[in-house]
Amino acid sequence: MPRRIVVGIRGVGHRVIDSIWRLGYASRFFLLTLLKSGTSFRRFGLIIRELYFTGVLSLIIIVVSGLFVGMVLGLQGYETLQRFGAESAVGTMVALSLVRELGPVVAALLFASRAGSAITAEIGLMKATDQLAAMEMMAVDPIARVVAPRFWAGVISMPFLAALFSVVGVFGGYLIAVVLIGVDEGSFWSQMQNAVDFRYDIVNGVIKTCVFGVAVTAIAVFEGYDASPTAEGVSGATTRTVVTSALVILGLDFVLTSVMFRGMS
Amino acid sequence: MQRTTMDLWVGLFVMAGIGALLFLALKVGNLGTYSAADSYTLVGNFENIGGLKVRAPVKSAGVVVGRVTDIQLNTETFDAAVTISIDTRYRFPKDTFASILTAGLLGEQYIGLAAGGDETSLKNGDKIMKTNSAIVLEDLIGRFLFNKASEGNGSGSDKN
Repeated sequence: MPRRIVVGIRGVGHRVIDSIWRLGYASRFFLLTLLKSGTSFRRFGLIIRELYFTGVLSLIIIVVSGLFVGMVLGLQGYETLQRFGAESAVGTMVALSLVRELGPVVAALLFASRAGSAITAEIGLMKATDQLAAMEMMAVDPIARVVAPRFWAGVISMPFLAALFSVVGVFGGYLIAVVLIGVDEGSFWSQMQNAVDFRYDIVNGVIKTCVFGVAVTAIAVFEGYDASPTAEGVSGATTRTVVTSALVILGLDFVLTSVMFRGMS
Repeated sequence: MQRTTMDLWVGLFVMAGIGALLFLALKVGNLGTYSAADSYTLVGNFENIGGLKVRAPVKSAGVVVGRVTDIQLNTETFDAAVTISIDTRYRFPKDTFASILTAGLLGEQYIGLAAGGDETSLKNGDKIMKTNSAIVLEDLIGRFLFNKASEGNGSGSDKN
């Protein structure tokens, strides 16, 4: 009996040490990526290529989801606010929820599943087919040549994607509230402008998206680089990217929100 | 894909992203209507600020001219010291009256400035001498009940 308990405790310890080791490995990998980013900025074409794949190709899903999220916010906001006779505040509600929370968070979740998974699968497959090893043989550093451009492309495109998401969402809210239901257009925009503060709401939202961009792409490139070089390993790494990214985004969002919006009553 | 088409798409993407940020700042946010860069601050002491909050608007004749930047309790006089920052485009005379008003029945509270007739105008850091506290609903009801009670006693002459 005591033997079984010892084995159980040992299992717990093994898992904890394993995950801490992996966290340390991921942090070292992240620092290494930052240190070796010089090449990708000197050869900016590498980043542009990746910007096309992570940014431009994510546009459609971001824009369409943003439109629908904005329209739903418009409908639901109107439904609730008209009970208090405050239906002209629907613009404020749509804009604040998009700029502060939904824009950064939903765009980052979509970005993780659209671009993050693609990055992981690509790097993982490069590893499985020994392309990374071949690069090293040719004295080309795979972190500088493959990982860093993808990382920076993700970091750059994330704020733009989230901003587009918010703008399209506000437009969707406008379509529903003003065009379809008939809320007064002037009060829709003016109440929104009165309530949304540039420094407090928009800059904080952009800071959030930058943090999410760094987190999602760092997770994606690490999982790809760390994947076991088999078909199963790549698929597992892709799943882990999406799951870990989603959890990290939501957790970081809570932390950032409680730091940014707490002092404001 | 051709390098040039890729460059074109990425250029369009980045420009759309910057355009979206500008749209958020100017059309959705308040950067287009009010900037904190060129403003001066005034202080007013209020007996009771009710539900006034930092960042609440300061209006004169219904036009937003500034924001509340700070609210503190003055521990000597035990009233609220409210700091407001006002756009430098707007100058107010020395005897301007500041009162705390409510937008609508359940709306947010804001500071309303009513200009007086003095010829010198308020400068940065000046104190607004004439202030009017927020109307607190409990006080109002209390006064109403008190008046009703005194009416009931038959001495309706001293109601105020």
